[in-house]
Amino acid sequence: MYKYDDYDQRIVDERVAQFKGQTERYLAGELSEEQFLPLRLQNGLYVQRYAPMLRVAVPYGLMSSQQVRKLAHIARTYDKGYAHISTRTNVQFNWPELADVPAILAELAEVQMHAIQTSGNCIRNTTTDQFAGVVPDELVDPRPYCEIIRQWSTFHPEFAFLPRKFKIAVNSHTKEDRVATLLHDIGLKIVHNQAGELGFQVYVGGGLGRTPIVASLVKEFLAEKDLLTYLDAVLRVYNLNGRRDNKYKARIKILVKALGVEAFAKLVDEEWQHLKDGPGTLTSEELERIKSHFTSPTYENFSGDDSALQVQMANNKAFSNWYERNISQHKVSGYAIVTLTLKKIGTPPGDLTDKQLDIVADLADRYSLGEVRSTHEQNLVLADVKKSELFDLWQEAKNAGFATPNLGMITDMICCPGGDFCALANAKSLPVAEALQEKFDNLDYLYDLGEIDLNISGCMNACGHHHIGHIGILGVDKKGAEYYQVSLGGQSGPDASIGKILGPSFARDEMPNIIGKILAVFVELRIEGERFIDTYGRIGQSPFKERVYAKAS
Amino acid sequence: MQKLVNHTGVLENSWTLVEEAQAELPSGNILVPAPYWLANKEALAERGNVGIWLASDIELAPYLSLITDLPVIAINFPAFANGRGYSLARLVKERSDFKGELRAFGDVLLDQLFFMKRCGFDTYLLKDGLSEQKALDFFATFSDPYQLANDLTDPLFRRKHTAA
Repeated sequence: MYKYDDYDQRIVDERVAQFKGQTERYLAGELSEEQFLPLRLQNGLYVQRYAPMLRVAVPYGLMSSQQVRKLAHIARTYDKGYAHISTRTNVQFNWPELADVPAILAELAEVQMHAIQTSGNCIRNTTTDQFAGVVPDELVDPRPYCEIIRQWSTFHPEFAFLPRKFKIAVNSHTKEDRVATLLHDIGLKIVHNQAGELGFQVYVGGGLGRTPIVASLVKEFLAEKDLLTYLDAVLRVYNLNGRRDNKYKARIKILVKALGVEAFAKLVDEEWQHLKDGPGTLTSEELERIKSHFTSPTYENFSGDDSALQVQMANNKAFSNWYERNISQHKVSGYAIVTLTLKKIGTPPGDLTDKQLDIVADLADRYSLGEVRSTHEQNLVLADVKKSELFDLWQEAKNAGFATPNLGMITDMICCPGGDFCALANAKSLPVAEALQEKFDNLDYLYDLGEIDLNISGCMNACGHHHIGHIGILGVDKKGAEYYQVSLGGQSGPDASIGKILGPSFARDEMPNIIGKILAVFVELRIEGERFIDTYGRIGQSPFKERVYAKAS
Repeated sequence: MQKLVNHTGVLENSWTLVEEAQAELPSGNILVPAPYWLANKEALAERGNVGIWLASDIELAPYLSLITDLPVIAINFPAFANGRGYSLARLVKERSDFKGELRAFGDVLLDQLFFMKRCGFDTYLLKDGLSEQKALDFFATFSDPYQLANDLTDPLFRRKHTAA
């Protein structure tokens, strides 16, 4: 993974000093509430229902075991003993004291971490495939580009006060899309052009929130070296032309829609002509330098004989369930990618305690080359596990509560913190998640249902990505009461689409039954081998609607 | 009273801001609204001692080829969180032959000074009540930023190379 040099470290250290000064001036009354607001937001600090919430950046979801131990320490020392993985692969603390935040940042800086631009109307954490670098069928490792973007976007002087927040995702997989690339302000798809040169397809103007839109292709092929000059051009066009009169119309997706993709692409191209081939152009030295931080480790040679593993699976149903669900194929034979699920019943999705963080760090050291990844589905990944050690790892992970074998299943849901914690929420989301996890706790039934993305947001800011859940649930306020609107048919992969609202919303206690009815329709009408989203695509919304809204006879 | 600073010290403000141009312009150095200047260029050139100020939502394209000889251009920040002025500053400095003083005014606070400096501003009319002495500390928040901008023609990855 990327290791800071002296320049990187100094920037983070200077940030700690800067934010310390800002916090002191705020506490001394020299900065007003309004003036401090964007400053603290750009440092990931929200004031929430009960206490500030601090969002720590995990660039493209990659952490060392040392960093995870530091997060455990922070959870223990400054918080109530737990942390939360966000849908932007960052880590959130829900209970720090404002006055402690500078000290927390200083501790983070010791392990090359920070909270820079994890919120606010600026360029946020760049995300990528959680299986980057280890998955088969990847064109190249996307993480060097994420790191290049991280450095370019960190305190970019021109784009610190954009009309609205700005999110970039990079995907390099030739078949899958685990990053929801097309639902980002900028989605970069790494491709080869016809001449075999490496570069990017650039998609702009995707996003969730109140107006969910799938991004449009604005550049068919952008050469690798032109990445930053082109990003500068897109951001400048947005900063100059994006709306600032209405925050709900301020995202770049609204600008792209208003101008039309072609006119937008033309503006960007005109701007880019001034920047292209200028000093912002990436040098081959710099590309090599960053890439050298992401080289493959030295893997051991395994014969490919996994008869021992087969025996372990045959003898232990629970282990084989976990293997079937939570293990993904590694590009190197004899190795596996393990997803540690944070979706145990009774625990808010994505939450883990300080003790669990320490255990994860330990597991990473002993089983996976000392690295951990966080995913936008709010799970953790150990990316380099020897297959021969899976059984041992499973036993330890199970004891620690990370081995619920439900990856990709309906109970592996994405859920925002909702009205229990968040000041913006219209409704609570966690109790709905918990009720659904309780209702659908039978593993045989879950496996029979197969892959289903169920996503829950507590308000239309859509932090729980409800628009792109196969089943989406949105908390709404109905005359002061919390109701839930259901949408079907969303998806985030290469065929990204926005879910369609089923109809009038439901009270919270109705939700498990409503979801049960939707699943019953699927089970009755599916054709062998179809996933929920496939059946929905084939039969449409009506059968679901009829069942859910049928009058009791 | 509002204090005017540059990157090294406190300055005397000799330019009067004319928010809305009337028939009777004040005497001395004046900063008039850019559209008014565009419509009355000849008359104003004759008067002399005229600079312009740009509203944050201005369409800049018609001005870039005309501002070469102006002594001062001031860009308004109606709210500090409105960052359009940063791009305007870079365009004024990098896409025209303007050689004069680029000034920030309006909701100009301390924590944004570093970014403003990087985008090409030369002087800053601080929001009322802010200490000019304190302001001088805010131009050096970061010693070696990543990006190229108006103050650094190379990004860090090129500067590092030259330094080594």
